[in-house]
Amino acid sequence: MDWTFLQETFVSLVSAVPLTLLLAANSIALGAILAVGIAVARFSAIAPLRWLAQAYVFVFRGTPLLVQIFIIYYGLSQFPAIRHSLLWPVLREPYWCAVLALALNTAAYASEIIRGGLLSVPFGQVEAARACGMSRFMIFRRITLPLGVRQALPGYGNEMISMVKATSLASIITLMEVTGVAARIISESYRAIEVFVVAGAIYLTINFLLTRLVQFVEFRLSPHLRQPVAVLPAIIQGEAH
Amino acid sequence: MSSPASSIAPVAISVRDIHKSFGPIEVLKGISLDAREGEVVSILGSSGSGKSTLLRCINMLETPDRGEVTVAGETIEMLAAANGKSRPRDRAQVDRIRSRLGMVFQSFNLWSHKTVLENVIEAPIHVQKRPRTECIEEAEALLAKVGIAAKRNHYPAHLSGGQQQRAAIARALAMRPAVMLFDEPTSALDPELVGEVLRVMRALAEEGRTMLVVTHEMGFARDVSNRVIFLHQGQIEEDGRPDEVFGNAKSERFRRFIKA
Repeated sequence: MDWTFLQETFVSLVSAVPLTLLLAANSIALGAILAVGIAVARFSAIAPLRWLAQAYVFVFRGTPLLVQIFIIYYGLSQFPAIRHSLLWPVLREPYWCAVLALALNTAAYASEIIRGGLLSVPFGQVEAARACGMSRFMIFRRITLPLGVRQALPGYGNEMISMVKATSLASIITLMEVTGVAARIISESYRAIEVFVVAGAIYLTINFLLTRLVQFVEFRLSPHLRQPVAVLPAIIQGEAH
Repeated sequence: MSSPASSIAPVAISVRDIHKSFGPIEVLKGISLDAREGEVVSILGSSGSGKSTLLRCINMLETPDRGEVTVAGETIEMLAAANGKSRPRDRAQVDRIRSRLGMVFQSFNLWSHKTVLENVIEAPIHVQKRPRTECIEEAEALLAKVGIAAKRNHYPAHLSGGQQQRAAIARALAMRPAVMLFDEPTSALDPELVGEVLRVMRALAEEGRTMLVVTHEMGFARDVSNRVIFLHQGQIEEDGRPDEVFGNAKSERFRRFIKA
């Protein structure tokens, strides 16, 4: 074992972790917003909106992420209209192309996870909200979404882990995130095993922390599913039994 | 209570010629009904007679195909829809009227991600936009009244059915409703828990609340309500004071119904 080489590799790769995290965080955040919109569109009374959402999920789930990255990175620049648009300063950056591709891709999967969560909300609880005079938007914001998200969280945790790993594809379009740096070190040193083992360990660590974070959020959001903490001695009278 | 609400008390709820079909099945065949302030009306009927549907048409959880609903003087404006049925013209008006009706469901339907107290203050704060501290104070008084003050910070899943239903009653009362609607409030409860819910409902009747109660509890209908309505196949077959209706029913079907 060449410990010095491993150590150097580790230091180089760790310096690329911020970019990996930035790619993952931005694309997950953008994707989540888009996913809620798509999931809601799937329940819309307006048929074309439902079809649009279905088509979106079909396309982005049915094609490889790498192909999507290539189309956005190499493909969009072919159109003069895009090159001359206000978006060009953003779209010519490989970083934003990667974020866009990752976000569009995860939105397709996440929308289905959120749709499942929303479908799991007991209809009676929605009806109770209606009977109180809540508007449809308020019911969504106060009742359906909070309950749906709680159901969706375990599945959504999976999707977030997938996204962390998917950021490695951004190395293909010149981004020097963890995998990109690893590939560079290998091309200089020809020591694929050591470098990829270190890279793998870094991804494993990120996802370990992410898993714990999701578990923590899940725990915080579900006191209603746990046994109550021993209740304080009844301070207030009036308990019937 | 046998003291009937004075017939000169203002009308709290008025239902005119309500029709409702589900597919080919006509559930309500033109129901008209007035309830005056302070009246406690028990709505009886065998299953499928349309009694729950009638209650749900009053707060538009089911949209009547035809007919008119008036709550505290305000009539819900309806439009004729393309399929020949009617629908509310203004969703905001329906929301406003719903906030004046307290609904208690057979299956409680408490919001499972909120504590008992949060359930009770939710609509007063967010729908009626009342100050939070005032809502909490009032909610605590209501929870004490229904006897579950000690459970205020528990989640619905940690309560018995009877406690959940009492919490649901407190939630409905917190809206300061003009009329309380009860849709078989004790039908989902274990027999030993029915009493605690009926006691709360009896107390509400005694303080003069206007209540429409769809129920199978003959004792409640006979002793607590001051009016009994018997529905059969989507029509009102009996309507009168409990002593009249139970003592001297005109309809043979009702006599068989109470014997069963």
